[in-house]
Amino acid sequence: MSRKTLTRRQFVAATAMSSAALISAPYVRGAYAAGKLSIGFWDHWVPGANKASTELVNEWAAKEKVEISIDYITSQGKKIELTIAAEAAAKSGHDVLAMPTWWPHAHAELLEPVNDIMEPIIKQNGDVNGTVKYLGRAGNKWLAVPATIGSQIKGPCSRIDLLKKFANIDIQEIYPAGSQPKADNWNMETFLKAAEACQKGGVPFGIGLGETTDSTDTAGAIFQSFGAELVNAKGDLTVKTDAVRQALEFYKKLIAVLPPDVAAWDDASNNKWLISGKGALIMNPPSAWAVAKRDAPQVAEQCWTHGMPSGPKGRYAPYLPYFWGTWSFSKNKEAAKSLLTHLSQPSSIEKFVAASGGYDLPAYANMTTLKTWQEEGPPKGTLYHYPNPHNHQTLSIAASPAPPKIAQQIYAQATLTKMCLRYAQGEKMEATLAWAEGECEGFMRS
Amino acid sequence: MADAVVRQPGVARPASARKRASLHNALRRKSTVAFLMTLPLILLITLLVVYPAFYSLHLATLNKSMQKFVGFGNFEFLFRRDTFWLVVKQSCIFAITAVVFKALIGFVVAHFVHNIPAKGQRKWRGMLLVPWVIPPAMSTLAWLWLFDPSYSAFNYTLAFFGIGPIPWTGDAAWARFAVILVNVWYGAPFFMIMYLAALKSVPDQLYEAAAIDGANWWQRIWYVTLPMMRNIIAITTLFSLIVTFANFDIVRILTAGGPLDHTHIFATWAFRVGIEGSDIPLGASVSLFMVPILAVAAIFILRDVNKRGNEA
Repeated sequence: MSRKTLTRRQFVAATAMSSAALISAPYVRGAYAAGKLSIGFWDHWVPGANKASTELVNEWAAKEKVEISIDYITSQGKKIELTIAAEAAAKSGHDVLAMPTWWPHAHAELLEPVNDIMEPIIKQNGDVNGTVKYLGRAGNKWLAVPATIGSQIKGPCSRIDLLKKFANIDIQEIYPAGSQPKADNWNMETFLKAAEACQKGGVPFGIGLGETTDSTDTAGAIFQSFGAELVNAKGDLTVKTDAVRQALEFYKKLIAVLPPDVAAWDDASNNKWLISGKGALIMNPPSAWAVAKRDAPQVAEQCWTHGMPSGPKGRYAPYLPYFWGTWSFSKNKEAAKSLLTHLSQPSSIEKFVAASGGYDLPAYANMTTLKTWQEEGPPKGTLYHYPNPHNHQTLSIAASPAPPKIAQQIYAQATLTKMCLRYAQGEKMEATLAWAEGECEGFMRS
Repeated sequence: MADAVVRQPGVARPASARKRASLHNALRRKSTVAFLMTLPLILLITLLVVYPAFYSLHLATLNKSMQKFVGFGNFEFLFRRDTFWLVVKQSCIFAITAVVFKALIGFVVAHFVHNIPAKGQRKWRGMLLVPWVIPPAMSTLAWLWLFDPSYSAFNYTLAFFGIGPIPWTGDAAWARFAVILVNVWYGAPFFMIMYLAALKSVPDQLYEAAAIDGANWWQRIWYVTLPMMRNIIAITTLFSLIVTFANFDIVRILTAGGPLDHTHIFATWAFRVGIEGSDIPLGASVSLFMVPILAVAAIFILRDVNKRGNEA
């Protein structure tokens, strides 16, 4: 058997030839030439909404030649928050990750600034509201892009028939479908009287006072409409003010006419309250109405989503924006930013809103009058005022304008609802204020 | 039993051969084989228990943004917070009350089961273990529906007798009762099965001797059963105390710590502070607070177990 040996000269020649061939070969763009991108989206509760997201991402991936993988992460059991915390600690994870409300600020140091894409998006879609800026920006640095998926306003969803019958209020007249609200008289006083009348009628308003977000969000908007802040924008304690006292007095009267078990309510309790037909009003995005459409159509056709009552310092609506962020340690930041730009295009936003049946809210000024909100029903126009199309209320988040890292503690610990409960259960006003002040002092640690 | 291999006298061998032989001998030792066989478990425990434990110790020494070492700063901060002491108090109430009731119920039920004729005993043992074998996250969901603030099945039933509605999860006292009740329901079968095993190992001759001495029912329990079950009672109580102090799922699902923080225990408050409030170091400090206390309790209880073992 002959054995051919490779000489040193032959080896050098072969290596040189193959290197030359590789270098001079024409550049062939492969199917995934622009690399890989992993995405963590919020797992939408609306059937079919995830499919719309997948389609939009696939459409972009095919054009950009990026290999993608999507995880839909549920918010049940705080799975998204756990994922964010784990990825921040491991400095590894998704290239694009959905982040609720406070989380961009909580991990500001680890997020890639997105000013370069936010500026053109805002130019195209219109400005974003103050709460989106407060939560999504640190100084001049945009920490994340406002996500349409998951963003919501938790304003009132009322029963048209019950408000008319027991409180003599025609909510459709105050908030007519397709036109400006006529809500000058829709204020905290009217709201309280209506709550009392409905309670007497056996269909109390269903406003929670538990420690979950729905309860805290409502309390936040009501406190703000009285000008009540526990900590101001500079980070000073402002608990012992007349505005806070007024807000607590209002809540004490309100709690007296709410169901007796509201202290134990979670985010599902108010939905159940409306769907079961036991109550005349809840504070929620249209998810309760959407479930009622399926499970209790006779209730759904009497539901009307509308604006908040105004207080002495204005009309504030509870608003919870979601964001999409990309970590500074992401391996494909360019592709991530390109995808986020694609998902923020008006056509993509329109698809998200349609797929969620109007639940998802874009943050941009030019995107609040989409067809979905005008057409959804029954009753037709029930969601017209949901996205605040006439800008007649300020979209806000509880505990703002305190610096976000302090506000997050006030929010997570449900300090506002706890104050209301303590005072309503007979604690002296000054004792409640002193307790809240002590709590807020603790939240200021850095 | 000899553990080492006795060296055979023989001629001197070269160094490499000696090395090979000593390796061979080491591998032949029973202790080496035992160590190698437990190595996968040791590695698993190191990876899943020791590393996270030390990592959480490390986390507890960092500031909120996890960029600065603060030593015991987080603990100093916690000691100044009223809510923290409320959580300490509640964790003690929760764990001690639940363990006492679990032990009592387990003891009584174990006696009942022990006295059932052998033929039907197996069925009862199986049925009584059901609460313990269902994942608590699932069974607590069922309890949540029974205690639901607006649609409680208990209240619905009580209404037929003109009682209620009881704010099961809306009032501090009732909410504490509810979480303890569910914990007892879940944990009592564990005590029952452990005590049953202990009861079965008590020699009948002791009871016969006691009967000859004229001991009544109570004296037989006090002077025969309890001393014979001491070790198992101590170990079961310690184990349950640790697990109950570290409980998370029952409180999280049933009340999430409310109303007004009155059912928070260490794990649920650590989750609230660490994950929901994005203050991981403080959350780690809350969850580590009980470690030294439980460690001291464990040393005392286990030392006692050892003593009794020697007496026997």
